[in-house]
Amino acid sequence: MSTFVLLAVTGLGLAALYFLVASGLSLIFGLMGVLNFAHGAFLTIGAYGTWWAAENLPGAGDGGWSFVYAVVFGVAVGTLVAALVELLLIRPLYERHIEQVLVTVGLSLALVALVRAIWGSDPRPFPRPAWTQRTTSLLGAQVPNDRFLLVATAVLVLVAVLVFLRTTRVGLVIRAGVENRSMVTALGIDVRKAFTLVFAVGGAFAALAGALGGVYLGSISPGQGTSLLIFAFIVVVIGGMSSITGTAAAAVLVGLVQQFANYYAASGVGDLSVVLLLAVVLLARPGGLTARVA
Amino acid sequence: MRGDGGVRGLRPGRFAPLVVLVVLALLPYSTLQVPGLFDGVLNSPGTLQLLALCLVFGGVALSYDLLFGFTGLLSFGHALYFAAGTYVANLALTELGWGLGPALLLTSAVGIALPLLVGGVALRVSGIAFSMVTLATAQVGSILVLQDPGGLTGGEEGLAVARDPIPDALVGVFNTVNKYWLALAYLALVYLVVTWVTNSRAGHVWQAIRENERRVEVLGLRPYGFKLLVFVLAGLLAAFGGVVHLLLLGGSTPRVTTADFTLGLLVMVVLGGAGSRWGAVLGGVLYTYLDSRLTDLAASPAVQDLPAWLRVPLSEPLFLLGTLFVLVVFFVPGGIAGLVSRLRERRGGRARPAGDGTPPPGRVVEQLRDAAGRGAGVGAGAGRPHDGT
Amino acid sequence: MSGATAAGRGDVLLRMSDVHVRLSGSHILQGVDLAVRQGGVTALLGRNGAGKTTTVKAALGLVPSTGLVELTGADGRVHRLSGRRTHEVVRLGVGYAPEDREVFGGLTVAENLALAERRGSAHHHDRVFELFPELRTRGRQLAGTLSGGQQQMVAIARLLLNDNRLLLVDEPTKGLAPLLVAEVAEVLARAAEEVTILLVEQNLTVVRRLATDAVVVDQGRVAWSGSAPDLLADADRTRELLGVAPSGGHAA
Repeated sequence: MSTFVLLAVTGLGLAALYFLVASGLSLIFGLMGVLNFAHGAFLTIGAYGTWWAAENLPGAGDGGWSFVYAVVFGVAVGTLVAALVELLLIRPLYERHIEQVLVTVGLSLALVALVRAIWGSDPRPFPRPAWTQRTTSLLGAQVPNDRFLLVATAVLVLVAVLVFLRTTRVGLVIRAGVENRSMVTALGIDVRKAFTLVFAVGGAFAALAGALGGVYLGSISPGQGTSLLIFAFIVVVIGGMSSITGTAAAAVLVGLVQQFANYYAASGVGDLSVVLLLAVVLLARPGGLTARVA
Repeated sequence: MRGDGGVRGLRPGRFAPLVVLVVLALLPYSTLQVPGLFDGVLNSPGTLQLLALCLVFGGVALSYDLLFGFTGLLSFGHALYFAAGTYVANLALTELGWGLGPALLLTSAVGIALPLLVGGVALRVSGIAFSMVTLATAQVGSILVLQDPGGLTGGEEGLAVARDPIPDALVGVFNTVNKYWLALAYLALVYLVVTWVTNSRAGHVWQAIRENERRVEVLGLRPYGFKLLVFVLAGLLAAFGGVVHLLLLGGSTPRVTTADFTLGLLVMVVLGGAGSRWGAVLGGVLYTYLDSRLTDLAASPAVQDLPAWLRVPLSEPLFLLGTLFVLVVFFVPGGIAGLVSRLRERRGGRARPAGDGTPPPGRVVEQLRDAAGRGAGVGAGAGRPHDGT
Repeated sequence: MSGATAAGRGDVLLRMSDVHVRLSGSHILQGVDLAVRQGGVTALLGRNGAGKTTTVKAALGLVPSTGLVELTGADGRVHRLSGRRTHEVVRLGVGYAPEDREVFGGLTVAENLALAERRGSAHHHDRVFELFPELRTRGRQLAGTLSGGQQQMVAIARLLLNDNRLLLVDEPTKGLAPLLVAEVAEVLARAAEEVTILLVEQNLTVVRRLATDAVVVDQGRVAWSGSAPDLLADADRTRELLGVAPSGGHAA
C-alpha cells in the first residue's frame, strides 16, 4: 500500500511537470498553430536562471524566500526570452507554420548549445530548500515533500489559467482564437497581441517547470528540457492538442502510467507504454481525449 | 513542362550529377593539399573518412527530403530507421555472427517492416499529429537502445562491430579509401532511386499531396497508400545509410537514435533546399562537414585565445549551426537550391523550376489531372480555368 | 466597364481593381475589378467556384492578394485596404458574416456577442436584441448547440452590434428553411436602410428582394456588372451568366 501511494504521488509530481510544459505548448499550438520546439529550451533557461540566481544574486539562495526569489528570477528570464522569440522570430513569419516550426527547431538546438557552451554539459547540483527533501507521512507512505510542491504548483497554475481564460476579455479572445483564428481578426481584434502573451506565459510555465524539475531531480543539465519536451508533446497530443483541461488529464494519465509501469514492469517500460498509449488514443480518437479549450 | 530546359542546347544540369560522381570517384587518387578546408592531403585517411561521412549524410538527407521536401511529410522520427540500419546490421554481424550478405538482407527486411508498421499507424493522422507520432515512436527506439536490454545494444557506450564477418577490404585505416567508395556508391544509389521515383507517376502524386492533399482525393486517388509508399522507401534508404555508417565507423552510437539526430536531418534538408535533390545532398554534406570542422575549430588555438564572449559560443558547433539554420529560414527561403535557382532566373531571365526538372508549384496537380482520367467531370468540379482564357 | 463605376467616383464606397489571388498553386481571382456604391445592396453573383467568397475574403485581407482595394472613409478620404491586416480593415467600419457563419461554437451566445464588441465603436445591444429577442434568452447557451438559423442570427447580430459603413455578407440564407430565408432577408433589408451591403447570394428571390446592383463573377473575373433589376429582367442573360432562370429558386 505504501509503495502504491508513493508511486501515485510521484506519478502525480511527474504529471505536474508535464502539465507545466504541455499547457504552454498546447495554448501556443491551439492559438497559433505552431509546434514550439524551443519550449524545452525555455525550460532549460528557467532552470539555469534559477540556479544562477541562487548562486550569484544577493538575497537569493536555497532556503525559503531566498529560493522563491531565485525562482522568480529564473521564470522572469524564461518569460522574457519567450516573449522576445515570439516578437522577433515568430511574428515576422505570421501564418507560415512550417517556417515557424523550423525556426523553433533551430532555436532549440542553438539555445541549448549556448547553455552548454557557457555552463558545460555536466549536471549541476540544484539549490533546493531543505524542507523539500524531508518527507511527510501520507496513508502510511513517507512521501518526499517536493512531490507536494510540484502538484500544488501545477494545480494552482491550472486554476489560474482556467479563471483567466473564462473571466477576462483576453481569455475570451484566446478561447475564440483557438477555435477560429481568422474569424477573430475579422471581428477587428489584433490576435497577434494574444500570440505574444500566450508565448510569454507558456515560456513562464516552462521556466517554472525547469526550476521545479531541478528541485525534483536535484540537478540540472542542458539536455533536460529536450527529453522532457518529447513527453510533453505526447501529453499535448493525447490531451487533444489545444485543450487545457484535456492537457491536465493527459498529463496525469501519462505521469501515472509511466511511474507505475517503470516500477512494476521494468525500467524503461513506462516510457514505452506512454508511446503505446499515444498510439492507442490516436487510433481510437484521432482528435485526442478532448477537443475543447477550457 | 518536363524536359523543356533545352533552350540553349544542352542543359548544364543534365550531366552534372555524372560529372560530380566521376570527380568524387577519382578524388582518392589526388594528393592535393587544400589548406583551410582539410587538415591532410585529399587522399589521407582522415580526410577521406570525413568526406565519406559527408557523402553518407548527403544520402540520408536526400532520403529525408523524399518525405519532407517532395511529399510534405514533416517526420520527426527518421532517426529511427537510420538507427535500425546500424544496430540491426551490427547485431546480425556481431551477435549472430552472420556474414555481411545475410546481415544486409535482415536489415532490409527490418528497414521495410519497421516504417511499414510505424507509417501504417502514423499516417492515419495528418499534420502535426503525424509529426508527433513519428517523434514518439523514434523515442521508443532511443529508449530501447539506451536501456540496453540484455546487454545487446551497449547502452550509452554504443556497440562496436565484430570484424571477422566483414570483408577485409572494408576494415581498418588503410582501407578508408574503400569505405569512401562505399559511401559514394550509397549516395549514388540513393540519388538514382530518388531521381527515378520522383519522376515516376507516384512521384507526381507525392508532389501533388504536398501541394494540396484534398485535391488529390478529389482525383479519386488514395493519398494514404502513396504516403505509406514514400514513408517506407525513405525509411529503407535511411536504413542502408545506417549500415554504411556502421561500416565506416566500425560501430553504432546511440547518438543516431535521438530526436536531435532527426532535427539535424531536417536542418540539412532545409539548408540545402527542400524539394531539390542536389540541394538536400549538398545540405547533408555541408552540415556534416561544418559539424566536424567547427568542433576542430573550437579546439584550435585561434579560438581559444579569443575573449570569452566570442570563444564560448564558437565552442559549440550546434549553436552556430542552429543560428545559421534560423538565418536560412528567414533570409534564404528554399535554401541553397532556392538561391541558385533565383540567381539563374535573374541571369537567364527565364523562370526555372526550383527543384531539378520538377514542375513548378501549382502545376503538378493540373498535370496529374490531365494524366488521370482525362476530365471526367473532375476538372469542372474544381472549376479552375487555365491561364489566358 | 461597370455600371456602378459610371455612377461617379464620389459615390463609390469599395473599389477593387485588378485583384489577383493565388492559393496553394491555383489562380483563383484573375484580375477582379468591381465597385460597390454607397447605400443600397450590391449582389455578388456567380456559379459555384467562380470566386465570390474569395473576392470578399480578398477585400478583408483574409487571403493574400495583389492589386488594389480601396474603401472611402466616413470623412471622404480613400483608405487603401491592400496590405492592411484584417483587423485594421474591419476597424475602418467593415462588418463580415462568412459563408458558414463561423460563430464560436465553444463560446456562449453572450460571449460571441461580447467578443464582437469592437473597440472605437458604439455597441448596439438594444438594436440586436430587438431584432433577435431569442439571443437575449439564449445568452448562456453554447453557440455550437444552436440551430443553423439561430447561428445565422448570431452572425448577423455581430454585424449590427457595431457602427459599420460596409457589410460583407456571404450567403446568409444558405441551408435555411424558407421561413428563415424570408426573415433573414427582412433583417438585411432593414439594415440596408443605414449601411451599404455587399451580398453574396445564390437565392435569386432574395437578390430580387434586396439588391440594387449586381456584379457577376465567372472564372475569377467580373463577367458582368450593372443594375440588379436589369439583370434579373433579362432571363436569357441571367441563364447565360448564372446557369439558372431568374424566376426564383436557387442557382446551381
